Amino acid sequence: MFWSYKAVSILTFNNQLIAVILEPSLYTVKAVLILDNDGERLYAKYYDGTYPSVKEQKAFEKNIFSKTHRTDSEIALLEGLTVVYKSNIDLFFYVIGSSHENELMLMAVLNCLFDSLSQMLRKNVERRALLENMEGLFLAVDEIVDGGVILESDPQQVVHRVALRVSKGLSPPLPSSPQKVLFTQPSGP
Amino acid sequence: MIKKFDKKDEESGSGSNPFQHLEKSAVLQEARIFNETPINPRRCLHILTKIIYLLNQGEHFGTMEATEAFFAMTRLFQSNDQTLRRMCYLTIKEMANISEDVIIVTSSLTKDMTGKEDVYRGPAIRALCRITDTTMLQAIERYMKQAIVDKVPSVSSSALVSSLHMVKMSYDVVKRWVNEAQEAASSDNIMVQYHALGLLYHLRKNDRLAVSKMLNKFTKSGLKSPFAYCMLIRIASKLLEETEAGHDSPLFDFIESCLRNKHEMVVYEAASAIVHMPNCTARELAPAVSVLQLFCSSPKAALRYAAVRTLNKVAMKHPSAVTACNLDLENLITDSNRSIATLAITTLLKTGSESSVDRLMKQISSFVSEISDEFKVVVVQAISALCQKYPRKHSVMMNFLSNMLRDDGGFEYKRAIVDCIISIIEENPESKETGLAHLCEFIEDCEHTVLATKILHLLGKEGPRTPSPSKYIRFIFNRVVLESEAVRAAAVSALAKFGAQNDDLLPSVLVLMQRCMMDSDDEVRDRATFYMNVLQQKQKALNAAYIFNGENTHCAPSLNLRALVELTRLSVSSVPLANTPITEQKTEFAPVATSKLPEKPGPTRQDIYQEQLAAIPEFQGLGSLFKTSEAVQLTEAETEYVVRCVKHTFARHMVFQFDCTNTLNDQLLQKVMVQMEPSEAYEVLHYVPAANLPYSQPGSCYSLVRLPEDDPTAVSCTFSCTLKYLVKDCDPNTGEPDDDGYDDEYVLEDLEVTVADHIQKVLKPNFAAAWDEVGDDFEKEETFALASVRTLDEAVGNIISFLGMQPCERSDKVPENKNSHILFLAGVFRGGHDVLVRSRLALADGVTMQVTVRSSDETVVDIILASVG
Repeated sequence: MFWSYKAVSILTFNNQLIAVILEPSLYTVKAVLILDNDGERLYAKYYDGTYPSVKEQKAFEKNIFSKTHRTDSEIALLEGLTVVYKSNIDLFFYVIGSSHENELMLMAVLNCLFDSLSQMLRKNVERRALLENMEGLFLAVDEIVDGGVILESDPQQVVHRVALRVSKGLSPPLPSSPQKVLFTQPSGP
Repeated sequence: MIKKFDKKDEESGSGSNPFQHLEKSAVLQEARIFNETPINPRRCLHILTKIIYLLNQGEHFGTMEATEAFFAMTRLFQSNDQTLRRMCYLTIKEMANISEDVIIVTSSLTKDMTGKEDVYRGPAIRALCRITDTTMLQAIERYMKQAIVDKVPSVSSSALVSSLHMVKMSYDVVKRWVNEAQEAASSDNIMVQYHALGLLYHLRKNDRLAVSKMLNKFTKSGLKSPFAYCMLIRIASKLLEETEAGHDSPLFDFIESCLRNKHEMVVYEAASAIVHMPNCTARELAPAVSVLQLFCSSPKAALRYAAVRTLNKVAMKHPSAVTACNLDLENLITDSNRSIATLAITTLLKTGSESSVDRLMKQISSFVSEISDEFKVVVVQAISALCQKYPRKHSVMMNFLSNMLRDDGGFEYKRAIVDCIISIIEENPESKETGLAHLCEFIEDCEHTVLATKILHLLGKEGPRTPSPSKYIRFIFNRVVLESEAVRAAAVSALAKFGAQNDDLLPSVLVLMQRCMMDSDDEVRDRATFYMNVLQQKQKALNAAYIFNGENTHCAPSLNLRALVELTRLSVSSVPLANTPITEQKTEFAPVATSKLPEKPGPTRQDIYQEQLAAIPEFQGLGSLFKTSEAVQLTEAETEYVVRCVKHTFARHMVFQFDCTNTLNDQLLQKVMVQMEPSEAYEVLHYVPAANLPYSQPGSCYSLVRLPEDDPTAVSCTFSCTLKYLVKDCDPNTGEPDDDGYDDEYVLEDLEVTVADHIQKVLKPNFAAAWDEVGDDFEKEETFALASVRTLDEAVGNIISFLGMQPCERSDKVPENKNSHILFLAGVFRGGHDVLVRSRLALADGVTMQVTVRSSDETVVDIILASVG
């Protein structure tokens, strides 16, 4: 990746942090993850080189899942990173940032992602509905975070911009997903 | 397997994951329908989703197949289905790095970016900027400028964020969009504001004045976006830090005013910024601490976490500032989020009173197994700090730590515990035996080589001085039998120390050594043979030189070489070693020393300088670099030219390295050198100028000085320095210089050479042995009165920094409430003579100091005493 998050830390002899000067930057989010209740990756987007290979990413996801899936707390420090998370039925949503990052900013991203999906899936935020509307998820995340920068934090705006609308007419129903949920278009006709 | 799967399917209704068994090749095969006419948007959409899903799962696409799919996808631009088009943008971004010739979609994307459909424009900009390079960027520059100031927020935001991504790649192009970004910053949309501010800062961050102006403008105008406020706070606190402005600055006022913002995010950012500022007084901290205290009772876990984590940091520096929050923190101990509970407890440990320690420790042990290693380390650090504060509690702590040591945990965690126990042992002599016993137990079953060797080293150092050293021998020898090579070698060294210090243990140690000589590993055998021979001599001086202070891994590289030379000398000549076995062993001494060298971690700063200096022809033949000083500033921080000097000491010469930076963007300096006028008989032999010194690129020039040979006691000297150079004016934008220049000079501050520049620090782990080894042939003693010094601590600090020697036996720490103290210092004087200083200090009206100096050379003793007086 050609951009990366920079944090300058000054350490004392005891390794205690005495001063951390954050390089002011818009690069806030290191990764957005959605796992199912077996810890399997449904969606993962890493925005910097913290975990460069798929192998390292999967190991991190495994660690993150094992530390979070049994608790209903919403924040943790793992592998030196701040992880904010939320679970619903059989889905686990994670937003990951540097441990020096403002935790509330990460939380804003997580809430926006969850609320947008909740609207798009008509409050039916569970694994099956999500899998049937993967393109909606892809587009929503693309509207919320761009290359690690928070692009939008208002779920209304995100849903509006994703504006999912499947054109009718030529297309026959897909055999694999007979009862596909169609998204509502808030401003559409 | 299949049965189980079916069952699960039933549980979750029907059809689990439609993407479950996707085959990459099958999906790519399907992608051929992209070429069919008419385009079937739904099927194509589904296939694109599958491709992105596969990429997202980490599936690897070859360049060929990716390019093929990419080109097929470009045909889908003919369809007007919105979602399909949006998925095309995503595919372009995902494939930008794996497919070839992605730039062919440039015109399609440019069309969408400037078209009428607002839904397309933002995403099209982001996709376009992903595939564009510097040359193509200029072609779309006009559109980007328009997009940045577009009235549709999503378009403007997309353009700003994409510009930010491209700053690294094409700074010069993006920087021309500053005016547009400036306009966007006054947008009503909160995200546009935030993105514009971020871009503006990135474009201007190297120009402090511009940043300061920008802050001034935005802090006054009042932004709407909480994100933008957070960014402003960060920029402001960075500027405060850099300019070292006092806390009466308007920037500090701005940050403080953000504590009253209506958004929690901004309030927290401001509190955190204040807490992280260096040199904050308790009064300045108070408002920040009180908002954090409020957050402690928030229903939002993230906010409680953020608050308590920040309070924890405050407690490290200003525990008293946090005591007001003790009640709120106590409530958090039972928080369902274990991370919050742990942070609360560790904060309380730092702020609480001695009486609450036992209760808190009990509470921690109830859930220590449930928290992640990161937090366990935090807990251990808190305990470590606590032990320093309340030394009397060490038995409770030690007990707790030993229990933690028995639990499962990663390397970092175990290392933190071991470090903590070691520091307790060093601080409290009475805890030594229990501590060593716990560590002995730990290495019986320890998978971390680094920790095992560290503990063995400690046992070797401390064990022989305990009342019953024999009980440690068993633990150490067990390691020789059971462990890996590195641990065995460390165990052998530790054994040798017991043999050298305890005469009654010597026979049994020798027997064990003999067994180690049969070891399968070279290093272990070499060490055993070497120690065996040294121990058999039963000479105190030899023991001191080669067992206690021999394997000194902390010393400078040149000293290691010296040790090696001495080792060879030992084997060849004078020292009356036993006749028979030694002659055969001669050659083996060298390997012992050489094989120790690689233990040193990486090249040191001095090694790097040595290499750099060796590359300059004028400095050949100076010998090896003896010492490199810390950099000294010769200019104020905010001047036209910034010059720092690093002093390099060689056996008979000194090289002064001047690191210069030109901060004027309309000047190019050439033939830059620093002219030096010495106050003593120092002779400047050579100047090595820096040929060119363009704006903001640091360059170095050097001066070579010969130390006065006829008067070796002249160790200190003052040089007046002048920077001389040829100035060529140049265009600030292009850096193109004029042809003509003129000579100019700039007066720098004086440069001092002191006695510390001639002495290299050496740690002697056993000072008494080293003291005896050097002997009293050249011992001198003198008494001084330090009138201006009020405390022993201050006196000790002054002496150490003045002589530049290494304090040994932790004698740099003066115990509290004492009127006298002995400081032990060790070093090597330029030319390779050991110097040891014992300084007895007594506190009466001022501080009286009796200095005893020993060295292998008389001149050195005189120099030290003369310079102290």
